[in-house]
Amino acid sequence: MIHQYRNNGYNIVLDVNSGAVHIVDNMVYDLLEEWEKEEKDKQAFLSDKDCFLDKFKRKYTQQYTDMEIKEAYNEVKKLMEEEILYSEDEYEDYIKQFKNRETVVKALCLHIAHDCNLACRYCFAEEGEYHGHRELMSYEVGKKALDFLIRNSANRRNLEVDFFGGEPLMNWQVVKDLVAYGRQMEKMHNKKFRFTLTTNGVLLNDEMMDFINKEMSNVVLSVDGRKSVHDHMRPFRSGKGSYDLIIPKFQKLADERDQTNYYVRGTFTHNNLDFTNDVMHLSELGFQQISVEPVVAAEEEPYAIKEEDLPLLFKQYDELAKKIIAKNKEGKGFNFFHFMIDLSGGPCVAKRLSGCGSGTEYLAVTPWGDLYPCHQFVGDEEFLMGNVFNGIVREDIREQFKKCNVYEKPKCKDCFAKFYCSGGCLANSYHFHGSILDCYDRGCELQRKRVECAIMIKAALAE
Amino acid sequence: MKHIKTLHTRDLKESMKKGGCGECQTSCQSACKTSCTVGNQSCENKK
Repeated sequence: MIHQYRNNGYNIVLDVNSGAVHIVDNMVYDLLEEWEKEEKDKQAFLSDKDCFLDKFKRKYTQQYTDMEIKEAYNEVKKLMEEEILYSEDEYEDYIKQFKNRETVVKALCLHIAHDCNLACRYCFAEEGEYHGHRELMSYEVGKKALDFLIRNSANRRNLEVDFFGGEPLMNWQVVKDLVAYGRQMEKMHNKKFRFTLTTNGVLLNDEMMDFINKEMSNVVLSVDGRKSVHDHMRPFRSGKGSYDLIIPKFQKLADERDQTNYYVRGTFTHNNLDFTNDVMHLSELGFQQISVEPVVAAEEEPYAIKEEDLPLLFKQYDELAKKIIAKNKEGKGFNFFHFMIDLSGGPCVAKRLSGCGSGTEYLAVTPWGDLYPCHQFVGDEEFLMGNVFNGIVREDIREQFKKCNVYEKPKCKDCFAKFYCSGGCLANSYHFHGSILDCYDRGCELQRKRVECAIMIKAALAE
Repeated sequence: MKHIKTLHTRDLKESMKKGGCGECQTSCQSACKTSCTVGNQSCENKK
């Protein structure tokens, strides 16, 4: 299976199963496009050579000479022989066996505070309450969560704990105490805790910044971009915007982290389809690690991304990609999370195809210690898996998530992007289709576009 | 090659041999929380 596309003047051919990326001239591009139309297997490229090339020559007689076509054919053939073009998908049995291995837990999303000091319009957590009531996690519950993680992590050394909310800074003392407890425990159990924190910045002060920069391996700072965009979607309950309060603090925090291991993370909606301007605004403010992503919202919400918005959003991604290349060449580059792709050192195929890990190696913990497959399922009693005191009691839920991988998802079968999204977000699939084995289609379309842009950027920067 | 330039990429088939150690970052712990992005993550087991 290949995926070929043109973007920003580059002819790109992705060999889906090997992950190889080829930048080809127009002739090879046309040759492969014609070959795709034949709908024949790889062997036929050799056996039906004369017939196919005759047809191709007749069609392109004005553009390419016979000699050039022969050269192109031989180069394509060589890549096929090297198994970096039309390589076979040999992973299905491997992934199924991989998914059957013993389940370990390696990451927790700790809902340290089901409360928030902002009233963001698109909040999936309903201003921190998650269909429930306001509550802060106690130190005791948090300790039990870390104990549960260590107990269920088998021989995994790197353990991840994300302080999430609501707004985690509303329960700051417990965050600090749990980090101290984790540091104590990691020595005893030969583990390494990687703490992360997601914050809206409202309560952020110097003492917190010092602690965060010392202890958190990553920090996510929520900001949507331009002041008008941010203040419209992320107001205080009074209606007042939060931009002016948080921006100077986020700038200070990012600088003190040497502009690494953090993201300013925004959400764009139907209200700011020109989100490239928000990304560039964040870049102009000095941020070098930027993530701005589409809102996931029910169709009836006025701010939801609509089907008819997609062509405009594709153009926005194209525009953003070009701007990132230009900035990079000026030496003023920044990372845009969804365009980051590690072609040479990226994850193994097991990671790429086995799914996000929710419900198995990644779990969310409520302030009172209940366990859910991930933060997006919190509050949906159907997915309550157990608690940190007694462990997982709903093995059936865990099994359901454990079996989920790209080969169990019919929509992923012919999708080139499956090696980059691992089948997508299971919660989105469930919320839009009632099954974790489906896909959130609009998200998939945007994901495919982002992967195309990400690869194009690599091609441009490789020149 | 005259007509094709191939970028350096990780051999995914080869990655089956030593892959799956699970030490790398969980997708949702990075920045997204509403999508799943694995292509940008780094492998922690490059032996």
